[in-house]
Parts: sequence; C-alpha cells; structure tokens
Amino acid sequence: MAKHKHWGGRLYLIFAFALLYTPILYLIYYSFSSGTNMSTFKGFTLSHYQTLFSDSRLIVILLDTLLIALLSSLVATIVGTMGALGIHTLKQRKLQNFILSLNNILMVSPDVIIGASFLILFTTLGIALGFGSVLASHIAFSIPIVVLLVLPRLKEMNGSMVDAARDLGANRWQILSKVILPYILPSIFSGFFMALTYSLDDFAVTFFVTGNGFATLSVEIYSRARQGINLEINALSAIMFIFSILLIVGYYFINQYTQSRRNKRQRGGAYLQ
Amino acid sequence: MTTLNHKTRQWSYFSLYFIWIALFVIAPVALIIYQSFFGLDHQLTLANYKNYLSSAVYLKMTLNSFVYAFLITLITLVISYPTAYFLTKLKHRQLWILLIILPTWINLLLKAYAFIGIFSQTGAVNHFLTFMGIGPQQILFTNTSFVLVAAYIQIPFMILPIYNSLVDIDPAVIQASHDLGANNFQTLWRVIFPISINGVRSGVQAVFIPSLSLFMITRLIGGNRVITLGTAIEEHFLTTMNWGMGSTIGVILILIMFLTMTLTSGTRKAGTRKNHGKA
Repeated sequence: MAKHKHWGGRLYLIFAFALLYTPILYLIYYSFSSGTNMSTFKGFTLSHYQTLFSDSRLIVILLDTLLIALLSSLVATIVGTMGALGIHTLKQRKLQNFILSLNNILMVSPDVIIGASFLILFTTLGIALGFGSVLASHIAFSIPIVVLLVLPRLKEMNGSMVDAARDLGANRWQILSKVILPYILPSIFSGFFMALTYSLDDFAVTFFVTGNGFATLSVEIYSRARQGINLEINALSAIMFIFSILLIVGYYFINQYTQSRRNKRQRGGAYLQ
Repeated sequence: MTTLNHKTRQWSYFSLYFIWIALFVIAPVALIIYQSFFGLDHQLTLANYKNYLSSAVYLKMTLNSFVYAFLITLITLVISYPTAYFLTKLKHRQLWILLIILPTWINLLLKAYAFIGIFSQTGAVNHFLTFMGIGPQQILFTNTSFVLVAAYIQIPFMILPIYNSLVDIDPAVIQASHDLGANNFQTLWRVIFPISINGVRSGVQAVFIPSLSLFMITRLIGGNRVITLGTAIEEHFLTTMNWGMGSTIGVILILIMFLTMTLTSGTRKAGTRKNHGKA
C-alpha cells in the first residue's frame, strides 16, 4: 500500500514537472528549427542565433535593460538597507508596524496599479518618460523587498554585540561599519539579488512608464510577440533560460555558503553564551 | 546629548527611505484616487463612478474578471496542492524546490509567447487533438486559453507557500493520527490539510490578486479583447487616454484587493507572492 502510494506520488510529480517545463523546452526546441513557425521542425540551424547577435537594436535594448537592473538594484539596496536600519532603531512597536505596512503596499499591489499610478505621478511632476522614469520606477518597486529581507536579519542580531562595541569605545560609525553591516551583509546581498531579478522580470510597470523612445527587453518581447511568431524570440528565450539557470545556481550557492557560515558561527557562539 | 544624537541618527537613516515612501507609496495612491474624480474634460466630477456603476459592460467585466481569477486560482490550487504534498516526501528537497522556482525566472512574456505556438491552429495541442480524432480546434485567442496560460504561469506561486506550510508539519503529528486509527485519507483531510491552510491562503492571495490584472496575457493569448479589469485599466491609460475612468477602475481594483486580503488573511505568516516566488 505504502509502496503503491509512493509510485503514484512520483508519477504525479513527473506530470507536474513536465507541465512546468514543456512550454519552455518547446520554445528552445524550435529556436533550432530552420522553419518560420512553431508547428513543424524543419532541420537544424543556428541562423536564429546569428540574427539575434547581429540585431544591434536588440543588443542596445539588452544593455539598457542590464544597466537599469544594476543601477536600480544598487540604489534600492542602499535606500532599503537604510530604511531597515531606521525601522530597527524605532522604539515603538506600533510605529514600526505602521511603516512596514506602508512599505508593503507596493509588494501587494497589482502591477497595473503600480504602473498606472506611477504614470500619473511622473506626468504630474513633469518628468519625461524614458530611461529616467523607468529607472525611478524600478528603484521604487525594489526597495520594499530589500527592507523585508534585511530587517529580519537585524532583528536576529544580538543587541549585546552593539553594547559590547560601545563599551569598548566604538563610535556610531564604527558600530555601524564594523559590527552591524558585516553581520547583515548576507541579507543585503540577497536584497540586491532579489532587486535585480525584480527589475529584469518586470514588464507591466515598465510598459506604463516607458514612453515611446525607450524599451527594456520585456517591452520589446511584448511588441514583437504581438506581431506573431518570430523564431528570433525563441533563440532569445534559450539564452535567457541558460542565463536564469546560471543566476539561480549562483544564488543557491551564495545561500548555502551564508547558511553554513551562519551555522558554524552559531555552533562557535554556543561556547560564549 | 545622547537623545539628540539618537534622533539625528534615526533621521539620517530614514531621510531617503521617507522620501521614497512619500513619493512612491503615498503620492501614487493619492494621485490615482484624485484622478478618478476627473472626467475627460478635466472637470471635477463623480461621473466616472456613476458610469462604472450604471454600465452593464463594466459590471459584467468586473464579474467576468472575478470568475476568471477564481477559475485560475482553482485550477492552480488543484494542480499545486498534490505537487507540494509529494515534494515534501522527496530527498534533496532543496534542489527540487529550486526546480519549481526556476520557471518563475523565465520572463512571463516568453512563457505566454510559447503558448502562441503550442495552442496555434497547427501547434502541438491541435496535432494531438487531430491524432485523437477530434480535429483541430480554435484554442488560441479564446477565454479558455487565457485561463489555462494564466494558471500555468501562476502554478509555482501556489506551490511554494503550500510547500512551506507542509514541510513545517511535525511527522509525529501524522504518526499520532495513524496511531489513533485514521487512514491515509482521513489523515490528509482532517490533519494535514487544516495545518497547511495558511499556506493555501497565502497561495490563493498570491494568485488571485495578480490574476485580476494580467493584461499582457489577455492581449497576447486571449485575443486582444478587454475582458479583465487589468486590460480595462491598460486600455484607458495607454490607448483611449481616459485616465479618469482608468483610475476609477484602478480604485475599484484596489478595493477588491483589500477585500481579498481581508477574506484570506486569518493568521497567515507574513509573506507575499514575490517573497515566496523568488526567495
């Protein structure tokens, strides 16, 4: 009975994973087809990849997308970390929760609402739509996740470490740079990383605030996909899939590393307590 | 002296963060509400709300939007719960969970685009249908295809919170249930499911709210028609340039969002779609 159930479970999981990955592999499979559609495979070719790499418009868009992602995550990480430090120093619990609920508004709002309201904001302020508005929006929607990732780590921190540093004569800046920041560094990295994926992944918000002259990769894919099937997009998906795998493997190892370091520290710390 | 120091420190941490809250959290919400009271002629008016409430088209669309989001959530839940349950039985769970997360990193538009191929007249699904003797059907650009693709895209966001709640269950509880004479089904239904209800709640929240606003999938897969609140907002803001009406629908979407959150909140753990999806 138990054995039978086991097999049922395995079969179900095979079904679920097949469901999740078939569309993605379908895309990649046809990126090697010399035909023009996604119905019949017409012989192996790399020509779509060649077109892709010689498509200078797309390369510019790709570079812009990466630039936006890196800049926005950097700024969002700095502002978000400062926000988390600020919230942490607050004494009143109620005030902390109030600020956190403001923080979470952008986390739970549907993308269309964020996009539409930012569009109104930029128009009201008279800011031209384009690189600047997209960058500002990406910074804005990445800040809350940084706060949510850094704050728990701050709460985990033993307050007596800060007291000890103060007793040993460290000033405010030294306490921050020598004690607090090194301790919360792993969570700052996760925050940065998460902000990066938010930015790379976003379509809806960017679509609203991008204006006419500027496009990110998502917006470009959307406008091309609306014109029908173009196997160049398939080639692009294949490359992005490999890129995602690399990113996620990187993230996995960073996580494993910080986790094992944390465990080691906790084991080491047991003697001190 | 120290209190002064403390205060300035707090202020210096907060300054940029507060500017962000004021400018990108409070101002946009205030502006979208403000804008919803303006007509096309830039006069202060309640006409948008009156239009919305008296128009059969808008009310029907809101209802449809609800029904679609409900169907999407239901399909996702039915597929995801067993997946999450069986995942907890595996060795190397970390790795398998990573494989559930991986598809969420592929751009949503690329996944939707894949279905343009799969669902097309000569695509994989129709090949299969022809093989089964049903013959090719029009699948692409129908409401069914919209629901299916949206459900496909949301599956990982449902699996992860449910998995997180299931993996926390103490095996001793299940053991106890068996010892007390419950069979497998009773254990699942009376013990495991109630414990994991918070995960289900987070999952439903993570899927239902975005499902109301997935305008790009309606555009690409659902045949470019305005069938959900999200599409209506996009249409009003970017095509017909009637920002007042767009904002009104936006305000209604915000209200629905709060309603959904209240209905599904209970004592769930803090966590949002984005958290579960990517962390």
